[in-house]
Amino acid sequence: MTMPFYVAPEQVMKDRAEYAQKGIARGRSLVATTYDVGIAIVAENPSRSLHKVSEIYDRIAFAGVGKYNEYDQLRVAGVRHADTKGYAFSREDVDARSLANLYAQYLGNVFTHEMKPLEVEILVAELGDGENQLYHIAYEGTITDEDRFTVLGGDAETITERVAGLWRPDWDMASAIKAAASALAGPDRTLAAGDLEVAILSRSNGRRTFRRIEEEELAQLLA
Amino acid sequence: MSLPLFPPEHDPGPDFVGLLRLTAGRAADPLRAAESAPGRQLDAAGNVAVPHGTTVVALRWADGVVMAGDRRATAGNVIAHHAMDKVFPADRHSAVAIAGTAGMAIEMVRLFQVQLEHYEKVEGSILSLEGKANQLAQMVRQHLPLAMQGLAVVPLFAGYDTARETGRIFNYDVTGGHYEDTDFQATGSGGRDARSTVKLGWREGLGEDEAVDLAIQSLYDAADEDSATGGPDPVRGIYPILAVVDRDGYREVPEEQVAERFGALVARKQAEREP
Repeated sequence: MTMPFYVAPEQVMKDRAEYAQKGIARGRSLVATTYDVGIAIVAENPSRSLHKVSEIYDRIAFAGVGKYNEYDQLRVAGVRHADTKGYAFSREDVDARSLANLYAQYLGNVFTHEMKPLEVEILVAELGDGENQLYHIAYEGTITDEDRFTVLGGDAETITERVAGLWRPDWDMASAIKAAASALAGPDRTLAAGDLEVAILSRSNGRRTFRRIEEEELAQLLA
Repeated sequence: MSLPLFPPEHDPGPDFVGLLRLTAGRAADPLRAAESAPGRQLDAAGNVAVPHGTTVVALRWADGVVMAGDRRATAGNVIAHHAMDKVFPADRHSAVAIAGTAGMAIEMVRLFQVQLEHYEKVEGSILSLEGKANQLAQMVRQHLPLAMQGLAVVPLFAGYDTARETGRIFNYDVTGGHYEDTDFQATGSGGRDARSTVKLGWREGLGEDEAVDLAIQSLYDAADEDSATGGPDPVRGIYPILAVVDRDGYREVPEEQVAERFGALVARKQAEREP
């Protein structure tokens, strides 16, 4: 009988983390930020149909970077969780925190127990009455919450610095989206409306606060 | 609780009812929950003694549809509720109105609303109006065993078809059979009377206001002939619910406006009786 080689657990984890990070870094990044009456999510995504940002529930949005099929599966699970919970109890009882915890548990489980970790980083954003929540969940299940802005993706550190330099507490939607787009682009290039996918959660949208900003409107906002 | 993830062969797709069955078992399926209910309990008149909703009407006008329903629920010969809602938004561009066993009907509407939104979110696109009508038909059909026990639900579905740019109306029977009506339809115990009024007043190209007035007139006539249909109630300030669906979506006619129009109708009737 052949014995498998001994590999230290530290090494296993390190390898998995490296693998996941590499996968995520291959994709493009995303910025989510609060503005005076809502939350704007701006992703670099040239596709019009394979979305990175989507609606989960009345006041909750989802965004993912990394491998599309993996985060899309998580998105659908989130919609299912929220809709069954809202149907069984009430629409008010659906909250982002419990969903973010479920995501974190699942990602953590896959990271420690499966051969291959998920190559994704996800965001669960919730529009609150007073305070907004941005839950950022990493590939290994680490969860952090922000109430100003957060950046997902391989180049997160540099982009975070850029957003931090521009961020203002009471800016309006247009300036928030503009700043997020320029932070994603960096100093050497500019991103046009066609390269971006933008959606907002806004208090002015009625019960379902989620709305996509389509290309034409986005072009006007960026101009 | 864990994240609702399924292997591909069991994935319910955008089907919310299927999802409920998978996550919580058969007991959670509201359309079948009471399938094994004990034998029926009838009152002297042969009706099941649970609240029933009555007259609802829908008619098409030039740019959309108007839907209206009275507010009375009856249990046998007793008035169970004076102010029940029977007209609901199904989603942005459609409305559903119910007649029949109130408890079941309201649950069915709730499920239907969630189903439409669930589909939209999972698939990233909105069902066609015909698709929505078919979804509702499946729900009514699954309810058939209960309908056979006397707990029937008969909805009326209408909406604005954004692809064809016209209002459309669908009428259902207890087996889930659904039939498209080109111009107008009414259902429930006073449906016949309401339909007669609409039939006499309807013409192609009605304006929104005319359509609303015709719906009001039809409910007034239904309440006149059918004891289970409630008329306008100025004492409590309860008036039928009227909703308009057009290109801009679903909106309810404000209560003050409905009250005003009923007032005008009553004044006209009184004037007609003066010598």
